Amino acid sequence: MKEKNQLFKKDIKVINMGLEIFTDSLKNQKVEVVQMDWKPPAGGNKKLADLLKKMR
Amino acid sequence: MITKTLIKSSAYYDSVTLMLVEKNLSKLDGVDGIGVVMATAHNKEVLKTAGLLTKDAEEAKPDDLVISVRCGSEEVAKEAFEKVDELLNKKKGGGFSGGAEVRPKTLDSALKQLPDANMVVISIPGKHAKDEVEKALDKNLNVMLFSDNVNIEDELYLKTKARDKGLLLMGPDCGTAIINNTALAFANVIRKGKIGIVGASGTGIQEVTVLINEFGGGISQAIGTGGRDLKEEIGGMMMLQGIELLNEDENTDVIVLISKPPSEKVVPSIIDAIKTCNKPVVVNFIGGEQQEIDENIYFASTLEAAAEKAVLLSGTSIRKDYKEVNINTEKLTSQQKYIRGLFSGGTLCYEALLVLRDYAHNVYSNTPIDKAYKLENANKAYQHTLLDLGEDEFTVGRPHPMIDMTLRAERIVQEAKDPETALLLMDVVLGYGSHENPVEELVPAIKKAKDLAAAEGRELPVVAYVCGTQEDPQEKQKQIEALEEAGVIITNTNAEAARAAGATIKSLEKLVNLAT
Repeated sequence: MKEKNQLFKKDIKVINMGLEIFTDSLKNQKVEVVQMDWKPPAGGNKKLADLLKKMR
Repeated sequence: MITKTLIKSSAYYDSVTLMLVEKNLSKLDGVDGIGVVMATAHNKEVLKTAGLLTKDAEEAKPDDLVISVRCGSEEVAKEAFEKVDELLNKKKGGGFSGGAEVRPKTLDSALKQLPDANMVVISIPGKHAKDEVEKALDKNLNVMLFSDNVNIEDELYLKTKARDKGLLLMGPDCGTAIINNTALAFANVIRKGKIGIVGASGTGIQEVTVLINEFGGGISQAIGTGGRDLKEEIGGMMMLQGIELLNEDENTDVIVLISKPPSEKVVPSIIDAIKTCNKPVVVNFIGGEQQEIDENIYFASTLEAAAEKAVLLSGTSIRKDYKEVNINTEKLTSQQKYIRGLFSGGTLCYEALLVLRDYAHNVYSNTPIDKAYKLENANKAYQHTLLDLGEDEFTVGRPHPMIDMTLRAERIVQEAKDPETALLLMDVVLGYGSHENPVEELVPAIKKAKDLAAAEGRELPVVAYVCGTQEDPQEKQKQIEALEEAGVIITNTNAEAARAAGATIKSLEKLVNLAT
């Protein structure tokens, strides 16, 4: 169901998944940001990751 | 020489962090070769090619961090390994990012820390991106997807989902956006204003926003779509979404669309969407004809023309008090015949190629407009050559040239050694995400290049355009002053730099004609 996107009407608050330089930039701009500690699922083992996905 | 390897089990770091650590370590005295990578199959191949794949490295698991160093002694290896810890701890412990913090491992736990988050920026390896984007969309979050290597079927699936939910999915391969005056990924600090942008090209957005700022205008939003959005398969889905959002946005008075020429099948739906807008729209399908279709739609052929038109339409009188630069070709030798362009911005390279079409036919590139002018070997210039150094062929195993100037510094020197080089042309892209002080690496290379040419009795003019604003972290004026001190000629726009190069070509041709 399509709702009106309120993004432009509110302060931007960011979750950053990946490159830390982007979190550094957002902090410099005084933007609220949470840096995730993202790791490849199942330590990058594709077979195990696929299995975990099926179990989810 | 010995090769030593240190393995850190289950220690995941992003590729840019690791490449910057690797670059730092390669400067240590006594280090002959170094690899700092996650032990994926691909990275093991990279280590093997570099002669750094030891038995330990070969046996490491994909989530292990491998540091392999080739050096003269055990002491140097020890020093390098200690330095790795120091550099990585600086990142994790706060350093650039402020105090130590608990980092959530999942989107759910991140949302517990920041319940009213409204944007997720994703830059993880492309093969893992689809699942994470889908989770974010399911949580009604807008997404900027910086990652590339996402297949087009997944892009279509995810964008359809985003569109149906009224969310933005900027990307994949979206490098630039400015949302609510916040620069995301690679973007500049731009004055707040009434011009809203939707763009399929990162450096295209950077150049247009920077010039809008330069001309006295300002930005409401700059939405990136990713480079494939206007292909037939995707149908311009995010550009259409962006147009709709900006048309409804009360803080946007003028809309600018930026893209390389879209698929012919997509153009009609974009034009139809523009026609429904109650605001003027400037369309820059880079290289398209400059024309006015009706009183609300304007086509601009260059990024510069698009910025200028948008500022005028937003009701601001243009502040533009510069003269076109002229390069003195009288002191060049008869051998110096060709211009050599070294770009870090893909669309800046593309715009320069377009501008130069009016001056010369034999401009070769790794990313030519016409395939007939594709360089056989991007590592060697041929006649007039413009290179996009951000293309995959140059960025495997190293950061993008907007972050790391090493490759460009090397190439500046390489081109200076070629007696046929008449002029070096380059961009210097500032803003968040980019190198914190580009001139620190570029100026020594430019000085060396000029000295090398001088030693062989040649002058080597260098023309550069600095794409940035005074408010950017690198401070535009500081960069310009350092370049000018090194004898670089600075232009006011990228198109102007290309026109200066074009005028040089014409002037050289005239000299040849006079001589014969």
